[in-house]
Amino acid sequence: MDTLNYLMQGFGVALTPMNLLLALIGCFLGTLIGALPGLGPANGVAILIPLAFTLGLPPESALIMLTAVYSGAMYGGRISSILLNIPGDEPAMMTCLDGYPMAQQGKAAEALAISAVASFIGSLVACIGLILLAPALAKFALTFGPADYFALFVLAFATLGGITGKNPMKTLLAAALGLMMSTIGIDISTGNQRYTFDILELYEGIDFIIAIVGLFAISELLFFIERRISDGDETIKVNKLKIKWKEILAIIPTSLRGGVVGFVAGVLPGAGASLGSFLSYTIEKRMLGSKNRFGEGDPKGVAAPESGNNGAANGALVPMLTLGIPGSGTTAVLLAMLVSLNITPGPLMFQQHAEIVWGVIAALLVGNFLLLLLNIPMVGIFVKLLSVPPKYLMPIVTLVAIVGIYSISHSAFDLYFMIFFGVLGYILRKIEIPLVPVILGLLLGPEMEKNLRHAMMLSDGDWAVLWSSWLSIAIWAIAIIGLITPYIVGPMLRRRMRVKTADEVTED
Amino acid sequence: MRAKTSLSLIAATALTLSASVALAFQPSGKIDCLAPSDPGGGWDFTCRSVGRVLEQQDMVPASVQTTNMAGAGGGVAFAHTVSKRKNDEQLIVAASTATTTRLAQKQFPGMNADMVKWAAALGADYGIIAVGKDSPYSTLDELIAALKENPGSVSFAGGSALGGWDHLKVLQVAKAADIDNLRKIKYLSYNNGGEAITQVMGGHVAAFTGDVSESMGFIQSGDLKVLAVLSDERLPGELADLPTAKEQGINTVAPNWRGFYVPSGVSDDVYGWWVKTLDQVYETDAWKQIMTQNGLMPFHKSGQEFTDYVHQQVDDIHSLSQEIGLVK
Repeated sequence: MDTLNYLMQGFGVALTPMNLLLALIGCFLGTLIGALPGLGPANGVAILIPLAFTLGLPPESALIMLTAVYSGAMYGGRISSILLNIPGDEPAMMTCLDGYPMAQQGKAAEALAISAVASFIGSLVACIGLILLAPALAKFALTFGPADYFALFVLAFATLGGITGKNPMKTLLAAALGLMMSTIGIDISTGNQRYTFDILELYEGIDFIIAIVGLFAISELLFFIERRISDGDETIKVNKLKIKWKEILAIIPTSLRGGVVGFVAGVLPGAGASLGSFLSYTIEKRMLGSKNRFGEGDPKGVAAPESGNNGAANGALVPMLTLGIPGSGTTAVLLAMLVSLNITPGPLMFQQHAEIVWGVIAALLVGNFLLLLLNIPMVGIFVKLLSVPPKYLMPIVTLVAIVGIYSISHSAFDLYFMIFFGVLGYILRKIEIPLVPVILGLLLGPEMEKNLRHAMMLSDGDWAVLWSSWLSIAIWAIAIIGLITPYIVGPMLRRRMRVKTADEVTED
Repeated sequence: MRAKTSLSLIAATALTLSASVALAFQPSGKIDCLAPSDPGGGWDFTCRSVGRVLEQQDMVPASVQTTNMAGAGGGVAFAHTVSKRKNDEQLIVAASTATTTRLAQKQFPGMNADMVKWAAALGADYGIIAVGKDSPYSTLDELIAALKENPGSVSFAGGSALGGWDHLKVLQVAKAADIDNLRKIKYLSYNNGGEAITQVMGGHVAAFTGDVSESMGFIQSGDLKVLAVLSDERLPGELADLPTAKEQGINTVAPNWRGFYVPSGVSDDVYGWWVKTLDQVYETDAWKQIMTQNGLMPFHKSGQEFTDYVHQQVDDIHSLSQEIGLVK
């Protein structure tokens, strides 16, 4: 009952008119920042920290505003994914897969509404998890040693075939490309530089945000130019929101599962929201089996990653609040903010700064409701964006992306690099190599490599260490099942589907 | 009366001007503080907090703007300062031991410590060697005895890359304890100190090497057992219980200082002004408060003294890195 007591106190803090107003402002700014390609939640929070300081806010108010920005950005990231096929940030990447096809079918408003509901549910599930399990989960995260982490990343790659499964070889090729790019930069286990050719900007590896904006946004612009030349104007139909309760009810189980998967991924330091949305999508695809139409604009394909990434966003607060370890880039910025407010997160945070911890948790819940209320009416406004002719919209988006990237590092090199990625993305899409595995390889590669090498170093090079704990054995088992099932179930399904599509074709 | 005062003021000013031409420089307009990291990093903190003190105490005429320029562990900002801002009188760049480490290991290609002017260090975070609460080691002696028997028997986790500052602390201690074959000592590098601490707490890695401030919460909760603080004397306040390496017979001191350099092209006037101004910052109560809040310990060097210190540190780190085969 202590927990409930603390939580009520937390609501006392979060629901003061001043803090409520700050949360609302934070939610709004966050959604806006999340929606702009190139400006992810981490940068959004970082940009707004000085604002919190200049306003001279007390610690809990500052933190409430910034957590609202954080959740808002997680909501906002999906908007450009759905409308433009350009993810606003890394975790929103998976939302492109089904969100954009839905928009192309004239169901942009539905996709936005569904993703808002799914985000809400995912976030809510994770909030409850955070309230009930935070201290226990912090202990669970400690049991993950290098070998277990390695197995976890293998699991992520093993389920890759599930996302863009038409041609597994191309998926594999894309993932390998991403992994190769992830080796650029300093090798932390030897201190040597790899593939940097004495170019200082490459010393710390490739920034994901540059790769994502380049691969998705710039390549989209190039595709647009090409289509303009060959086809003339193409417009996506703008529709009024006419979603039925039945459709919302249909995505609830998916969203609940996504929230749980995301939360678990978020709790593990280093895994983060991208892994959350990715695993949620692939697991959901498996769960639904032959019933899914993932990749073709399935509402469940929008709900799964969205609930996953919002779940992970809240999950990442567990290691941050209980151990002082940032689970993601954004929590790293929040952590720095806490430190500069003279609060050192760590094992004693819940005892020493209970009012702040519970104030933040309560603010997350309040922010979540605010975001849902804010987002449903705003769907209409966002969808209007699509009625802007692409010839104006695309250059504006590109401009925003370029300014966003430049504002992070103040480096012209990053801009050239982004354009290079844009051209690469264009070529890859032309030869039908999926982009998502490239980003995943780039994102997860360094962590996977680090943990493998740590495990090897600790065991003096004995490979058996990789399956020496019950945890790692369990993860390996899931990974193997995940890897093999598509090859057993897949052909069966495809045969059945082929029969079905053949029927449909003849009917047409 | 008024006329007289202003007259004497003019006279005084004229006198000061002629007496100390060296300090004639006064910045005009905004100051740029270059933080070679992303927002939220240590250098970002250095810029923003010192910038705030400079503004609050009216030591600068206008504002201090922090510009983030991450890349190559400070190398991008260093190169930028050396090449594009060589004569910029209104620029300071945040630096720390991480900067000297990379300079020593030639990780900024074609650049060295002589290419900038080292202004001042305004505080330091001291290194610690710690173990989890259930660890078999309870003193530094026991840990060193184990290392002497087999350098590969104790693994260390830290938040810097191999050869980085956290790794160097272990090597310095081992060297002071006459352990040979430093290359055999296992060092596991993590993204940040916190991640390294969880691996030690979870029992996956034997010992932790890092700074005091990042491990404070875990020391207070009893999850980390500090075997040695790498400072000259015991730390103030509640940290006074922690033993230093020195008192256990290992003469290793490892302050992770935070400070600034300025471009090499500026005149002695300008350099002198920055040294003097940063000295003043160090004396203010506002800065002292920021230091306590952020776990920074007293550590102050400036001007020539600081420059010598930086060069000495670069040489030391270079020879240590040579010993473990990191640089040729």
